[in-house]
Amino acid sequence: MNDLIGELTQIHGPSGNEEWVREAIRALIEPHANQVWTDALGNLIASAGREGGTRVMLSAHMDEVGVMVTHVDEEGFLRFDRVGSINPYFLPGRRVVFANGTVGTIGTERLDSIKDLEVSRLFIDIGARNRSSALEKVRVGDLATFWGPVHNMGDTILAKSLDDRIGCAVLVQTLKELQETPNLVFFVFTVQEEVGIRGARTAAYGLDPEVGIAVDVTATGDTPKARRLEVSVGKGVAVKIKDRSVMTHPAVKKLLVDAAEEQGIPYQFEVLEFGGTDAGAIHLTREGVPSGVLSIPVRYVHSPSEMASLEDAENCVRLLKQVLSRPIRLD
Amino acid sequence: MVLKGLSEAAGVAGDEKDVRNLILDRICDLARTEIDALGNLIAFKGKGTGKPRVMLAAHMDEVGLILSRVERNGLLRFKKVGGIDDRILPSQPVRVGPGKVPGVIGAGPVHLQKPEAQRAVFKTEDLYVDIGARTREEAEQVIKLGDYISFVTAYQEFGDGLARGKAFDDRVGCTALMEILEKDYDFPVYAVFTVQEEVGLRGAGTAAFRINPDLALVVEATTCADTPETEEHGEATRLGQGPAVSLMDATSIADRRIVRHLVELADKNGIPIQYRRATAGGNDSGRIHLTRTGVPTASLSVPCRYLHSPVCVISLRDLEYTIQLLGLFLDSIQKGGFRL
Repeated sequence: MNDLIGELTQIHGPSGNEEWVREAIRALIEPHANQVWTDALGNLIASAGREGGTRVMLSAHMDEVGVMVTHVDEEGFLRFDRVGSINPYFLPGRRVVFANGTVGTIGTERLDSIKDLEVSRLFIDIGARNRSSALEKVRVGDLATFWGPVHNMGDTILAKSLDDRIGCAVLVQTLKELQETPNLVFFVFTVQEEVGIRGARTAAYGLDPEVGIAVDVTATGDTPKARRLEVSVGKGVAVKIKDRSVMTHPAVKKLLVDAAEEQGIPYQFEVLEFGGTDAGAIHLTREGVPSGVLSIPVRYVHSPSEMASLEDAENCVRLLKQVLSRPIRLD
Repeated sequence: MVLKGLSEAAGVAGDEKDVRNLILDRICDLARTEIDALGNLIAFKGKGTGKPRVMLAAHMDEVGLILSRVERNGLLRFKKVGGIDDRILPSQPVRVGPGKVPGVIGAGPVHLQKPEAQRAVFKTEDLYVDIGARTREEAEQVIKLGDYISFVTAYQEFGDGLARGKAFDDRVGCTALMEILEKDYDFPVYAVFTVQEEVGLRGAGTAAFRINPDLALVVEATTCADTPETEEHGEATRLGQGPAVSLMDATSIADRRIVRHLVELADKNGIPIQYRRATAGGNDSGRIHLTRTGVPTASLSVPCRYLHSPVCVISLRDLEYTIQLLGLFLDSIQKGGFRL
């Protein structure tokens, strides 16, 4: 699973440009699914299990945060805006990579104080001498993502875009290992989560599920003087209680916790004061869908160096398999 | 000139009736029309069973004010409807309510202000509309609580093919949609004149749900920040450089296939086109693309200076090019030259 996670993180897929991630995942899941299709917004959907069973939607988003070129100046420097939420302080000095492989570094205008740092005062330098040579490589509207290669350090993995390729990997692995399920399970790899939980909304409308479970990453409180948050990397998969987008439905929470306890799978509860996930859109679909979230704890989210525990991801797969192994009845 | 009439009509969000009637008068012989529960005007053209079902959207509403309280001395307090800069309000002539009662936005006169007050911006709650009434009773004979208040600006052409007026956002879009209804199509085209865009993209969502389109194009007016204090990379669009196609804003990421096709069509036909180089703001695309199982959506906009103020400025050539490009877009679908 280590290789699978690493491989997925390195694919270029900023919000709205998930096609390469989609094709890679499609190739991985096609042999294991009943049916695989893509909807109008680009969500990739695979169905597995039994027709007539409880309709379960599992979702992990394919997109990652990035930057979009808004202007190319006479000297060949690129101005940009953020796609998704990125702390501007994470940007200066970072390398970014475009879909065609063009690499650039982010420079700053002269700032009198670091407090003056804002995205409009930053630029991308792709080593072009002037506007026309820059335009040979990059055009207005092109997107770049962080350059963040994979490093494995024992149980710890460090890479860009673990948010949420680690969730995608969990779904792929769950589908692969799932022997049989009496439920009708939709594995949904969504688009545009980072810009407003958009793909999950239309996918859920189309699938009309009875239960929704998003698999995403969550922030942690286990670093020096971190924001208070009872979630740590390596202490198990996190069962979300709430974030800004959703309150996990009590029956779904019970479903997840019971499965973890039956199998002795380590888990932790996550109470997040900020952020949102696909479940935020799924649970408000049509007449409402009881929904919850399984989170993989990740440090340094939305940076080129996101850090997670492999074991947490593997535990998430075990937990999902246990949940899906018998007919899901919410009470 | 249809834009003149549309621009001068009052249509603050939630009160689009006058604008809708103007449009309806012009298009009722051209297309099958209906008005939905929220007040969207939906005009249908073409063959009902063909593919793809195309939805075009332009919003009828504009930003304005709503009457919130009548003071004992007959002055009217108000709240803003949609995004308006407090600084542009004082001394604006306005019309109040269905009776179009003339008024002016007043504030304490400069003579009586303390020096520090003169440097501060008037807040909405310190301003009032003066309709010349001396008492509450007198005022209430011609206006009612909840009446809409709109700006009054005469449409005027000036400079080299420019026009100034109010509510070009989005009466230019309405103008463009009315134009394309002059032609016939062999696939279903729904031109939707939406309500309540300025207060949260509300009409477009319910209209899209009803129509259930295969693709959508929003025709808008967009920020044109090409004034001297803006650095080049901060300009959203430039006046007179042709229609602007959006890549991303706060509410949607445009469908790249539609964007690419619009740019190719413009290039091939010698129509100037520019990218909207800002990612803030939103328009009806935000709702339309998330409707039901999702709708590939893009937006095409006429650059407009001083957006959301009583006097906006556009280039009529930009509008002309926008209409042309919209026509070419529909033609290309007709000829099978564009598929998703």
